Amino acid sequence: MAINVKVLERPVEQVSYVRATLKGMAMTFKHMIDPHKVTTQYPEQKETISKRWRGTHRMLTTETGKAKCVACGLCPTVCPANCIKLVPGEDEQGNRYPLVFEIDEFRCIFCGYCQEVCPEEAIHVGRHYENSEYSREGFVYDLERLVAQTHPVCEMWDPADPKGE
Amino acid sequence: MTSATVAAAIHTLPDPPLPMGVFLISTVVKMVGVFSVYMVGVALLTLAERKISAWIQGRLGPNRVGGKLGLLQPAADGVKNIMKEETLPGHVNKPMFMLAPMLAFVPAMLAWAVIPFGAPWDSRWGRIQMVVADLPVGFLFTLAIASLGVYGIVIAGWASNNKYALLGGLRSTAQMISYEIAMGMSLIPVLLLAGNVTLNQIIDQQASMHTWNVLTLTISFFIFVVAAFAETNRLPFDLPEAESELIAGYHTEYSAMKFSMFPISEYANMATSSALMATLFFGGWDIPFMQQDNTTGVSFLMLLLSIGIFMAKTLFFIFVFIWIRWTLPRFRYDQLMSLGWKFMLPMALAYIVIIASVILALDYLNIERGFLYGLAMLAVNVVLVIITFFILDRGRLISPAYGRATPQQIARLRAVTAARAHLSPQSGD
Repeated sequence: MAINVKVLERPVEQVSYVRATLKGMAMTFKHMIDPHKVTTQYPEQKETISKRWRGTHRMLTTETGKAKCVACGLCPTVCPANCIKLVPGEDEQGNRYPLVFEIDEFRCIFCGYCQEVCPEEAIHVGRHYENSEYSREGFVYDLERLVAQTHPVCEMWDPADPKGE
Repeated sequence: MTSATVAAAIHTLPDPPLPMGVFLISTVVKMVGVFSVYMVGVALLTLAERKISAWIQGRLGPNRVGGKLGLLQPAADGVKNIMKEETLPGHVNKPMFMLAPMLAFVPAMLAWAVIPFGAPWDSRWGRIQMVVADLPVGFLFTLAIASLGVYGIVIAGWASNNKYALLGGLRSTAQMISYEIAMGMSLIPVLLLAGNVTLNQIIDQQASMHTWNVLTLTISFFIFVVAAFAETNRLPFDLPEAESELIAGYHTEYSAMKFSMFPISEYANMATSSALMATLFFGGWDIPFMQQDNTTGVSFLMLLLSIGIFMAKTLFFIFVFIWIRWTLPRFRYDQLMSLGWKFMLPMALAYIVIIASVILALDYLNIERGFLYGLAMLAVNVVLVIITFFILDRGRLISPAYGRATPQQIARLRAVTAARAHLSPQSGD
């Protein structure tokens, strides 16, 4: 197949190097003195993140400070990355609660299915992203740590208000 | 001998010699002063480049070390480069490999020895020239030394024993040869006007004519600037290091402080070229719109003012260097060569002839080398600039590498491509 090279028919009498250079220099100078710079100075300044931002998980609690989770097992089932480990337990009144509830933040793909599927609105993905650690073990969040998170949680998409206004 | 040359001859009468002690002390002070200001300045230039490039691209630039302007960034870079591991590849020619970074840097610094940075100071101990070595052939010295800078690059390219480095070195050599001639030729009109090769006399001539050479010899200035860009390997002429084609060109194999010497020498060359532009075309330390500094010696206050003016002019040209770098893309190799040989050299030669005839005519009319002389030169210059930049610069001269293909040539190219694609269909797109 032949390559069709596009050949521009530039009129010679309109092409000038010096004046084009000066024009370019005027352009760059304008940008240089323009006080608007796009850099965000990250640790000090932060971009505002969306209300629907799906970040670090958080477990919500009842008024008594207990995790809302009833260990129904829906979130480990729906989780596509298989990052939730749940061992259910039962107390004397027959209430189910999680004996072990761990989320591996490394495996998690932050799809937010766990939040959507949860019947008790217990587990959430949150509006938070600064969760660096010094070891890989630090990324496995246990129940205590999930409960201790304080950041705002993700607001789920509302079909009545698709743009979130 | 015309009256002008007689005046120049009287002007060049040597000042009464300084006492030995004063001479020694003043020279040492000047040396230490120039060296330290220059080294600190070159270090700060790396910061200036990063800052200005950032501003042009809508960023902020380094601002973490040393306040909002990042003033300690060069120090941090230096510490980092000295602490880094230095690799010495096994296949290099060791002595040459070690020598090259130094060879690149030293010539740029040497040229500063003869550049006058201030008006002569009438001190209590006699008149002190504000130049480290007051060479009568200062101008030729700068040209000679400036051409030596390329040896560092060529030797680095050769000693690295690496094809990309060698290509970078070769390109640098070719570029240097092409532009060195145009640069030398573009400066001959300056010498014709000054009738002298002492840099201080060239400044005096510009001051006495009340028109800087940039006003009377704009085309010379233009050619000199372009050639200086090529000599310092700055964009749009940075073919020797061309990241996209040659990795890093001649400094591919270098690391740590040895690598750092190459950028430093580039900035050093930039500063030297800027100082030369200021001296040869913008009146050096001559203070604009003031006549007090045009006498043969000045007071201490005026001395400081003239040094400040010289630094301001030099800094302006350094800024232009950086500004152009972030504006223009790199030339293609054939464009570079044809610009140098087919355009700049003939133009410089033609300009010498024109300026020499004008000077001859003005001398014939017995016009003193003063303001009137400057005005006459200015008038000729305006005409030449209009002809060059508005009539000749129509895609023919200043953009000479722009080759136009005829329809027949294009048809033939397409036929060749089609035939080749037909022969080997798997290699086509």
